[in-house]
Amino acid sequence: MLTPSKVLDLYFLEARCMLIEVAATLDRFDRAVDSDSGGDGGDNRIEALYESLQVLSSKSETPDRSEQLLKLFSGPA
Amino acid sequence: MQIIQPHYHAIARTAQDYERMAMSGVVAVCEPAFWAGFDRKYPETFIDYFRQIGEFEPTRAADYGIRHFFWVAVNPKEAENTELSREVLKKFPDFFKMPNCLGVGETGLHKSTANEAMLFEEQVSLAIEHDQLILIHTPHLEDKTHGTRRILEILAGLPVDRNRVWIDHAEEHTIRPILDAGYWSGFTLYPITKCSPKRAVDMLEMYGRERILVNSSADWGPSDPFTLQECVCEYRRRGNSLQDAMEIFYNNPVRFLGQNPKFDLPLLKVEEMREEAEAPVEQPAEEPADSA
Repeated sequence: MLTPSKVLDLYFLEARCMLIEVAATLDRFDRAVDSDSGGDGGDNRIEALYESLQVLSSKSETPDRSEQLLKLFSGPA
Repeated sequence: MQIIQPHYHAIARTAQDYERMAMSGVVAVCEPAFWAGFDRKYPETFIDYFRQIGEFEPTRAADYGIRHFFWVAVNPKEAENTELSREVLKKFPDFFKMPNCLGVGETGLHKSTANEAMLFEEQVSLAIEHDQLILIHTPHLEDKTHGTRRILEILAGLPVDRNRVWIDHAEEHTIRPILDAGYWSGFTLYPITKCSPKRAVDMLEMYGRERILVNSSADWGPSDPFTLQECVCEYRRRGNSLQDAMEIFYNNPVRFLGQNPKFDLPLLKVEEMREEAEAPVEQPAEEPADSA
């Protein structure tokens, strides 16, 4: 089992990179909305992305964020 | 399409990368001088390194039909050793005379120490004195914001022709000051620690394509020369034309690097070819069946 600091040593930069990619995707979407007369068309997918960020932004009592996100992105059971 | 890889550390890559680059349209690479992964101890180590990238690497590239150009510099990490660096700088003019040397690069900053800044300024001044192009490395990760600002401050105090200066490894938080100051800027597509192909295309959409170079800077670390081709695909996937792609991934390197006459690749334009329709061939009249 890795120590907390070893986890960050190994994975911090990768996580940083992925978060920046997510940010860029959201920016890209906003620019597309600005330049498209139809607006965001009420696409639920963007809402799902923002909901997932809320899951990530709060400290979880149990380490099950991946599971929470997968359920969030799943269709009806 | 044809592609120029303007920042590529060929010395750290195998021949298979040259082969695959050739297969995917790369016609020229440019190799700046950089940190080898350890701090060199002697001026001669640098000199032999410059000889390797200036004399031997072009022969490796030529095996695959790729032109190879190089730059000389003491990189920001090793610039901390000012005594060693100054011995190396004395040899630059000899390399400037070589037929495939483009100028001073990659100089710049790493941790923005006083010694780094001093050697950066001396190398830029040497480039100006010898009318050479300048390629500048901006620091990694958390050091990038401050380092880019320091680089711009130092350059502002020197008589540089800003059109002959390329400030590389720009990202979303440093691109605007570089372009606003009139320099060329580069996006380096490097896994994890620098820009990605998608983000590079985002910045091309936001800032246009003038004075922008895109590169992979593949070297001995986790890196991939084909991030450049990934970027071409992403750019085309967003509806941009072949000519638009050529402007960024071929013609822009020609525009910047071609300011040194040694970089003699021409600008290219995609043109539709229309072939004249052939005139119908007259067939001989058929003999009647009962003529025999």
